[in-house]
Amino acid sequence: MITAERKPFDEILELVGDKKKVLVAGCDTCVAICLTGGEKEAEILASELRIKAGQDGRAVEVEHTAAIRQCEWEYLDMIAEKVEAADVVLSMACGIGIQSMAEKFSPKIVVPAVNTNMLGMPQEHAVWLERCGACGECVIGETAGICPVVRCSKSLMNGPCGGSHDGLCEVTGPDKEEIECAWALIWERLNAQGREELMFINRPPKNWSKSSSGGPRKMVREEAKPV
Amino acid sequence: MAATEVKAADEAVTAAEEPPKKPVDPDFEPEIIVFACHYCAYAAADLAGSMRLQYPSNIRMIKLPCTGKLEVIHLLRAIEAGADGVYAAGCMEGECHYLKGNLWARKRVDHVKDLLAELGIEPERVEMYNMSSAMGAKFAAVATEFTQRIKELGPNPVKRKGVSPHAAAREALGGVAMPDEPPPSAAAPVEEGHAE
Repeated sequence: MITAERKPFDEILELVGDKKKVLVAGCDTCVAICLTGGEKEAEILASELRIKAGQDGRAVEVEHTAAIRQCEWEYLDMIAEKVEAADVVLSMACGIGIQSMAEKFSPKIVVPAVNTNMLGMPQEHAVWLERCGACGECVIGETAGICPVVRCSKSLMNGPCGGSHDGLCEVTGPDKEEIECAWALIWERLNAQGREELMFINRPPKNWSKSSSGGPRKMVREEAKPV
Repeated sequence: MAATEVKAADEAVTAAEEPPKKPVDPDFEPEIIVFACHYCAYAAADLAGSMRLQYPSNIRMIKLPCTGKLEVIHLLRAIEAGADGVYAAGCMEGECHYLKGNLWARKRVDHVKDLLAELGIEPERVEMYNMSSAMGAKFAAVATEFTQRIKELGPNPVKRKGVSPHAAAREALGGVAMPDEPPPSAAAPVEEGHAE
């Protein structure tokens, strides 16, 4: 799923500026599951904004709402009335939802209240780990179901590198936590699968033009298009 | 400028930036919302009453089936409606009737403290306490201590006229808040052998 983290409150305040009618719009799909931008979190942010306004003696109206999915036009119709009534919409959806809102309700000002950060897997309650880089050319069929693009710190296609030690990467996470070496994991699982030979394939440089380096991507399913 | 002068200048700036301590207004009677667990703090309040213990009348109780039902928004709503202080009173850690409700409540209270700090509001305005149903004296002591703390902090800067924090907090809780019970009659027996 797509995960996001809320922006610092001061940044949100700056984005809202001096607008008098603010709508905090949550999205009840991915960002609700990652406890960042669902209706509950939208209500919390709206309350915080009202408290701040009250504290500063500013007359600001802050409401909240949530779309079932901000990334689909149909669901945006359901919150259109509230959006139209607002001077600025603080969207708590992922980057896709925020842009859908900005496009659907243009020229309404729609600003993000979150930073979309990854395609993550909930490893345990309230912990998400990056699992996919949406690179456009999946290789995990050869790498035992472990993605070297996002799980190897260097996105190596032919690992491990010299920085792999006792199954750990030489790079640590932002909180100095250890990161497992993706290629050590790949080797272990290929072993368990009896497919060690896949480790010795020489993979050519990856074609990153199929990833975001190739410009905005578009997908069309002709057979599914309405007639 | 010599290093010592720089240090002295830095210290002077720090000293100047520290807000002066507000004198306690003797007429300020804070409005404090207490989210009390049905199994412990609410019963402790009853006991405090039966024991004829005195505690400030500033606190307004809302009974919950467990402090684990308390969510971030409930605490914020009380502050938003002008409550000067808010605290949750749950069972002793390890003794929650629902196993971990009080531990969840503590996490949520801590989160609200962080949110308030971000807003520039004193995080001390919210707190989590633990007590058992036999701790009538602790209930009274906590109410007294917290009320004093809020008196020292002064009024909530977001006070709004004509808004009842108690009613707002109840409304935010919806069906979660339990109805208030009438005070126990004077004839109600006081539990013995459970003093703190």
